[in-house]
Amino acid sequence: MQFELKHITYGLLTLFIVLNYGLILQGIMPKIAARVGRRYGIRWYQPYIDIIKNHAKRSKITHGIMYYLGPVFRLSGGIGLLMFMPVIFGSPYFGNFSFAGDLTLVLYFQFFGVLGMALGAGESGHPHSAIGVSRGLSQVTALELPLTLGVISIAMQYGTLRIADIVAAQQGGIMNWTIFTNPFAGAALMLSFLGSMGRAPFDVVLAPQEIPIGPPTEYHSGFLGILQLNRAIFPVAKLILFMNLLYGGATSWPELFIKTFFIYLWSVFVGVAFPRFRVDQSVRWFLGVPLLFGIIAILLI
Amino acid sequence: MSTPFDNIKTVFRNAEVKPQRQDLYHLSIPKEQLVALVTHLKEVEGYLHLVQLTAVDWIEKNQFQLTYILNNPTKRLDVMVKTFIDRDNPTMDTIHHMWEQAATYQRELREMFGIDFPGSPRVDKPFILEGWDNIPPYRRDFDTKKYAEETYFPRPGRETNDPKEYMKKKLYPDEI
Amino acid sequence: MSKSDLEKRTVMSPDGEPIEINPLQDYFCDAHPKVHEPVLPIFEKFLNWARSESLWVLGFGTGCGAIEMRPLMTPRFDAYRFGIQWRPTPRQSSVFIISGYLSVKTLKRVIRSYEQMQNPKFVIALGSCTINGGMYWDSYNTIKRLDHYLPVDVYIAGCMPRPEAILAGFEKLKELIRQGKGEGANLYAQNFDWYKANQKKIIKDWDMPDYNW
Repeated sequence: MQFELKHITYGLLTLFIVLNYGLILQGIMPKIAARVGRRYGIRWYQPYIDIIKNHAKRSKITHGIMYYLGPVFRLSGGIGLLMFMPVIFGSPYFGNFSFAGDLTLVLYFQFFGVLGMALGAGESGHPHSAIGVSRGLSQVTALELPLTLGVISIAMQYGTLRIADIVAAQQGGIMNWTIFTNPFAGAALMLSFLGSMGRAPFDVVLAPQEIPIGPPTEYHSGFLGILQLNRAIFPVAKLILFMNLLYGGATSWPELFIKTFFIYLWSVFVGVAFPRFRVDQSVRWFLGVPLLFGIIAILLI
Repeated sequence: MSTPFDNIKTVFRNAEVKPQRQDLYHLSIPKEQLVALVTHLKEVEGYLHLVQLTAVDWIEKNQFQLTYILNNPTKRLDVMVKTFIDRDNPTMDTIHHMWEQAATYQRELREMFGIDFPGSPRVDKPFILEGWDNIPPYRRDFDTKKYAEETYFPRPGRETNDPKEYMKKKLYPDEI
Repeated sequence: MSKSDLEKRTVMSPDGEPIEINPLQDYFCDAHPKVHEPVLPIFEKFLNWARSESLWVLGFGTGCGAIEMRPLMTPRFDAYRFGIQWRPTPRQSSVFIISGYLSVKTLKRVIRSYEQMQNPKFVIALGSCTINGGMYWDSYNTIKRLDHYLPVDVYIAGCMPRPEAILAGFEKLKELIRQGKGEGANLYAQNFDWYKANQKKIIKDWDMPDYNW
């Protein structure tokens, strides 16, 4: 791949579109969940206001250099995940920085953000932040298992570690999508996807109202603003990854919006229909049926 | 009339039994025998549950009254064990070895009435009033209104009415 | 943490060397709070709008009024549609609701939480107890005037105010913020010594730094 200036421009443009799309999704999805509970719900532009307000806080305090780096790591995890993925299939511009082994890197970036949080929260001096971080890490570790098995199964199926090639192999009709050609890997991925979106039933690790000891407890003002930016970008990046792996990618932005919206809706649907798991329960759940699907997917290939 | 406490008199001769309701009896006992009586009630008579431990300030008699309310879940009976202690030297034996929650009651009594329970866990730690430096607030010689007005910046313009007079004036203005 | 943990003392390090620690200085900051001036008016107007539309409430129920805040989250009242959210930590929240009577012991925790919130911060006081003592007008342990200890933006009268009244109070607070009158944090910093003197008058075992963020 030849490096050109236009790559940076289109990279930033992708980031901008994805950020706004993520913020709007962040407003719409709680509204859908609220309508299920017969509430009116937040305004769809509420995430924008929250971010502006958090950056408009006049005072902020710090607990040292790692405290600064926590949100930065997290945000770079989100941006990295997005930048190394082909967002629009076939487009010479929105392929961004995808390369031959990008699937491995993307798997790594999934974990990167939580690790950054662990460092930052540890620096904040909050006596219980270690508990919060270890809870988050144990759940992420548990859901990484079926996810990795499913991804390996897909990589073996198509014989490549390049996401663009995986998407290319799925073109030409709905029945070519991986979710139909390799349903067990698809099931393992979609179940672990539920956990990685951080919605009920798997949101105890980041439900600070219930346990005021989660990693972001000490983050405020601009730091929290950065975390919020990441919370807009990271889910969309993950949605795009799952769309690329399972649902044939997207050849245009509207197609991307429609597909990712429905993938997101799946986790919201599960979230409003099922009660929460405790962390130990969710770990046990991920090591049960989703792991089984992942192993079957590996064996069948 | 026979009461469930007739045989108590054979063991504790100083105890006085007074029926209050069908399911509630009052027992009065001197201070020294109280722990023995409560132990007897718990271990022999089956009063397993300590409902409450509270105190009353009889300032005229210069005494504190301590009231232990016990409950018998099988017979569905309550008993109030009362004892009087000297107000100038308020010390009482602890019963936390029988019910652990009694330690909290005793801690509260220590703070609110100044009644000491030697040996009770954490009895000298502040319970609600952190750093209280006045006489204990539940004693009747403590003027809580005066203290509140001196300490907590009363907002001017607040009127206080006697409820009886106020309602009389409001409902029957002709009769005054 | 007990009081003796905060005293200055000498401890043995794992290597066997004695080291002196002073927890109040090591773990807390005792710097005087700063006044943060508003920026350019036209800019500030926009930021105030954002602040007023995104009120994050600290989930700290001090008295009986906390029970009136729960219905605000239910389908019937649904405060979320006004941009009101409940946050678990003082760091992230901007509105402190003093829900009802405030005992001296709770006031100590309230002050600590309030000082950990970041500028700009707003205080809503519920119920007649916070205004003049209410039914606890002669209590030995309940404060009478909250504005002597913290700068209060909005009082909501009632015993207790119903959720509709609380929503009306939120609307009033939004109005004040948009007009640029929600400067409670700066007021607190300006009159810091007066507030601190009032607080210390009733909190007798003061075992924390003067300004603990």
